[in-house]
Amino acid sequence: MKFLSKVVQPFIKCMHCVLSVGPMPSHIGFIMDGNRRYATKNKLKQVAGHEAGYSALLSMVTYCYEMGIKYVTAYAFSIMDLMTEKFELLCRKDSFFNGYGIRVHISRNLQLLPQHSRDTANKLMASTVNNSGLLLTICMAYTSTDEINHAVEKCCQEKWVKNDGGIISLADIEKRMYMKIAPDPDIIIRTSGESRLSNFLLWQTAGSYLYSTSALCPEIGIWHLVWAVFNFQRYQLFQKKKNKHLK
Amino acid sequence: MWHLLHVTIHLCYFAINIANALESHLISKGLLRRYKSLHISKLQYLAIVIESEDCRTSNVIELLQWLADLGVKHVCLYDMEGILKKSKDFILEKFDGATLFQENDVLLDQPLMTLEFASLSDGKEAVAKAANVLFMKYLKSGSTSSYQGEQIFTESQMGEALKTVGGNGPEPDLLLVYGPARCHLGFPAWRIRYTEIQHMGPLKSMKYGSLIKAIYKFTMVQQNYGK
Repeated sequence: MKFLSKVVQPFIKCMHCVLSVGPMPSHIGFIMDGNRRYATKNKLKQVAGHEAGYSALLSMVTYCYEMGIKYVTAYAFSIMDLMTEKFELLCRKDSFFNGYGIRVHISRNLQLLPQHSRDTANKLMASTVNNSGLLLTICMAYTSTDEINHAVEKCCQEKWVKNDGGIISLADIEKRMYMKIAPDPDIIIRTSGESRLSNFLLWQTAGSYLYSTSALCPEIGIWHLVWAVFNFQRYQLFQKKKNKHLK
Repeated sequence: MWHLLHVTIHLCYFAINIANALESHLISKGLLRRYKSLHISKLQYLAIVIESEDCRTSNVIELLQWLADLGVKHVCLYDMEGILKKSKDFILEKFDGATLFQENDVLLDQPLMTLEFASLSDGKEAVAKAANVLFMKYLKSGSTSSYQGEQIFTESQMGEALKTVGGNGPEPDLLLVYGPARCHLGFPAWRIRYTEIQHMGPLKSMKYGSLIKAIYKFTMVQQNYGK
């Protein structure tokens, strides 16, 4: 587990010391966009673009871990954005995740993967289930509207079985969302300069600071994370000042 | 050190804001050529999200006038607490270039702007109401045996149920946030799947040139949809 070099790690710890004077986010979501454009830009094969994107994701996860962030959620747009073989490569990194005490959760429909990939994913989740460090959720074949629809379906199923004449409440729906395992994100970081959420965590991001960087996914680094956190802190300070004024 | 960094960042943003104000002034005077022709037809439906504490109706009416001058035909005004909803009659009275958006309105070119007013209750709470509509529908249909299967209903059925409870208007192409940060403040989730979200700063500091720039930027966006 020598993911972070001996130079980068102390620097991140130093940044964390500085940043943690102010409010720190507990949950950051990443919309990983731009792997293919990165490959085109650098005259690489698409596979190499995805490989670079997945390395960047692992780097961001370790930076978040070092900065004491408890939850990271990554959005793999479609099954092709985290191609089956790369997804399996990620799933085989259990020693990496266990080394950092990171628990991995794969959200949504593993049924779209071939059996061996599903088995690898389940094995990774099982091997990291007792880790109490950062929780990394990877949203595979996920859309927010599907998540909402699924939660409503589950409520209807349970209401039918219960048959108590009660109504479905907002709390009932929220308990059945895929993302109930984590608090609402404080920051959403989207790469490649796009300014939309692309059907990602629409339900959970009412109060989230939405940060967009023009860097493509494989180009994202520690400075983007630090800048996002600084801006989040500015927003939090504004909210605090406003609430003080309202009292 | 933390305070020093934040002061430095604050000064950077101050400088950026001055540059933006200057650019906005040049745009509004028509001195920057590329902003002269906006392909406004690309913007079918615009949403404006405003921090509830900043909802000054005079600013809102001025903003609507600017949008009308630019040719925007369909606008949704949103704030979390529903302050704009409560001021709906006043706004429609003072801004005589608009009618209230009706649920079944199709997004066609109309002589008057259509205005929709939304708040937090049109988001998550509407989904809860829609869930009960769907549940009752399936109880009445007697098709309870389908509850054993994988999927009871589709997203389009959910969309229809939301429409029934008044929670499913058109999906905005562009959402402009007037507030301290880029944050959609709970705009109905079902409607912003692929909506471009841009931050405009506080409503009290709104500028005509910045509005033009934001719409121009939107018209230049190309959505890849996984290509």
